[in-house]
Amino acid sequence: MRYWVAGCLALLTAMSQLAGQAGAQTTSTLDTVKARGQLQCGVNTGLAGFSAPDDAGTWKGLDVDVCRAISAAIFKDTSKIKFVPLTAKERFTALQSGEIDVLSRNTTWTMSRDTAAGLSFAGINYYDGQGFMVKKSLDVVSAKELSGASICVQTGTTTELNLADYFRSNKIEYDPVVFEKLPEVLAAYNAGRCDAFTTDVSQLYSIRLTLGNAADHIVLPEIISKEPLGPVVRQGDAQWGNIVRWTLNAMINAEELAVTQANVDQMKNSKNPEIRRLLGLEGEYGKAVGLDADWAYQILKLVGNYGESFDRNVGAGSPLGIARGQNALWKDGGLQYAPPIR
Amino acid sequence: MKGPSKPPSPAKVSRSLSDYVYDPKTRGLVLQALVALLLVWFVGSIIENTIRNLEAQGIASGFDFLDNTAGFDISQTLIAYTNTMTYARAFLVGLLNTLLVAVVGIFLATIVGFGIGIARLSGNWLVATLASVYIETLRNIPPLLMLFAVYFGVLKTLPSPRDSLELPLSSYLNTRGLYFPAPIWGDGTWLFLLGLVAGLGGVVLLYFRARRKFILTGQAPSVAVPAAGLIIGLPLVAFVAAGSPLAFEYPVAGRFNLKGGLVVQPEFIALLAGLTLYTAAFIAEIVRSGILAVHKGQREAAAALGLHQGQIMRLVVIPQALRVIIPPLTNQYLNLTKNSSLAVAIGYPDLVSVFAGTVLNQTNQAVEVILITMSVYLLLSLLTSLFMNWFNARVALVER
Repeated sequence: MRYWVAGCLALLTAMSQLAGQAGAQTTSTLDTVKARGQLQCGVNTGLAGFSAPDDAGTWKGLDVDVCRAISAAIFKDTSKIKFVPLTAKERFTALQSGEIDVLSRNTTWTMSRDTAAGLSFAGINYYDGQGFMVKKSLDVVSAKELSGASICVQTGTTTELNLADYFRSNKIEYDPVVFEKLPEVLAAYNAGRCDAFTTDVSQLYSIRLTLGNAADHIVLPEIISKEPLGPVVRQGDAQWGNIVRWTLNAMINAEELAVTQANVDQMKNSKNPEIRRLLGLEGEYGKAVGLDADWAYQILKLVGNYGESFDRNVGAGSPLGIARGQNALWKDGGLQYAPPIR
Repeated sequence: MKGPSKPPSPAKVSRSLSDYVYDPKTRGLVLQALVALLLVWFVGSIIENTIRNLEAQGIASGFDFLDNTAGFDISQTLIAYTNTMTYARAFLVGLLNTLLVAVVGIFLATIVGFGIGIARLSGNWLVATLASVYIETLRNIPPLLMLFAVYFGVLKTLPSPRDSLELPLSSYLNTRGLYFPAPIWGDGTWLFLLGLVAGLGGVVLLYFRARRKFILTGQAPSVAVPAAGLIIGLPLVAFVAAGSPLAFEYPVAGRFNLKGGLVVQPEFIALLAGLTLYTAAFIAEIVRSGILAVHKGQREAAAALGLHQGQIMRLVVIPQALRVIIPPLTNQYLNLTKNSSLAVAIGYPDLVSVFAGTVLNQTNQAVEVILITMSVYLLLSLLTSLFMNWFNARVALVER
């Protein structure tokens, strides 16, 4: 009997402590990351140009650079990151449950994700749109011709919904074939299970390169949706959201101010007040987001500005060769426009 | 213990507190109540904690999302479904797809499993060895790999829709599936259905009459011919009488796919084949062990009575083997049902793919969606167990 009572009491105290711990989740994400000494960043399982490991196992890409920039701003080091590869289906649950600190995985900013899902988008690092890829041998030149076609699509994406919307509004019949992971989608497309494969156009270009003979596949001209892609954080931690948002803004502002990885040290001598504020020589902008004054300097020194990141990962300097287009700076006729640092 | 020292008539004796403390019955009740309370409190605090955390993170909760428009399409639907219908409807579509593959899979796996199990015990060396090779290979491959092998293996070998393989009866086979002519029933179908029902009723009647005669006289009249006559002839007569109310919609070549007709998608075929072949290997071993569990004296006795091999198997061995077979067989049925959730990997729209996949992602209500999905599998498994337990009780050896 005595053992029983003692056992029950021990169990009770253990459980009440457990419940207490689970309830108290008030520490800031920045403190958690600093204490851990590592940023946990959710990325794509493998999408060349955006996030994919290279032959040495190092993660590379436009989305990966956002993670590296955040790490640079916090730790002055781009290697203190644990990359967590996630499928489209897993990504939000991983962020909601705290498995990752930030999700940088070509994720479309939509209203429901930004509100009801408890997530918060911190900016747009790639303006994209959904398109279709078909085999050249089918002689299709427009998506409107795809009546009765089988179309491969990855689950857990806005793609799935846009596809349904597009074909419904154009009153075209189609046959969706839905897979969870990209490799299976591609294997099915390759095996002839589908006539077309649909996803964001940037991905289509990236994937086309991996499909043996790229010239056998064409990307149709129709863009059927707006897909603003950007990093995502959890709601409820404004400081952390600011860090991610201003990391991206700093990279875009730096491109506008022509501050590059190569010239950032000389730029410290610049008289331009905008550059001086960016590099933390004037004002206390770093402190306002809980970082050191040279936070943006570290980003530029270790990662580079937005244009450099774009160029080496997906742009002219990469195998993908995607034109800047909508992703050019606003003054060059694009959409990339960052609020000023002041 | 104070038990032995209690007076013989305790009704009149007042008991002190220590009597209750040391009374095993009272003590047991109190402890059980305490454990039950702890359990309730533990589960309650988990639920409360989850709700509080969801609220703190601004994640929508509740089950209202089920009434919202789904907005996505599903490739295989057993009931009418369009992307303007609700998530609840999509759930139903997924559930039915899961049930379809589970029920057909269980049926086929049982047949294949029994065949292979008996074959492994065959006196024919070649047959027994082939069965052994089948079992040892297939049950040692992870089911997911098996599905990939079947799915992509089949896809790679099938022709494209433009040069479909023509099968008899205006059916076609290509990478998009197996196309059949779709039957379109016209007026007067009820007469045909009536004939079918009457035929079935007649067969049941015949069976019971034959059985009674067998029990009374020991003679087993053959019912095969009249039964076949009833079940084929009656509906046929009704069909002709109703003026052949049946037309077919044939699949015809469209620009990309064949149009019209009924189509069985390659995902379904691959999933069904994968699950059936995999589970059948386990069932075969269960069947073998069941048959071996019947003492060989039983066969010898049956043979001595003049029964031939088929009769020995059917009337003596299998009924006794079933007692051993059914409990582990239930496990295999449950496994097959649960393994059907691997469908998500090869694009078959089952419950996990549609509901715990697409719906979860569109609504972002992971807790609710996973809860519903787990409850469904729990319910399916419990129902299967219940049925098999009932069946087991029926075939259990009645000892006199």
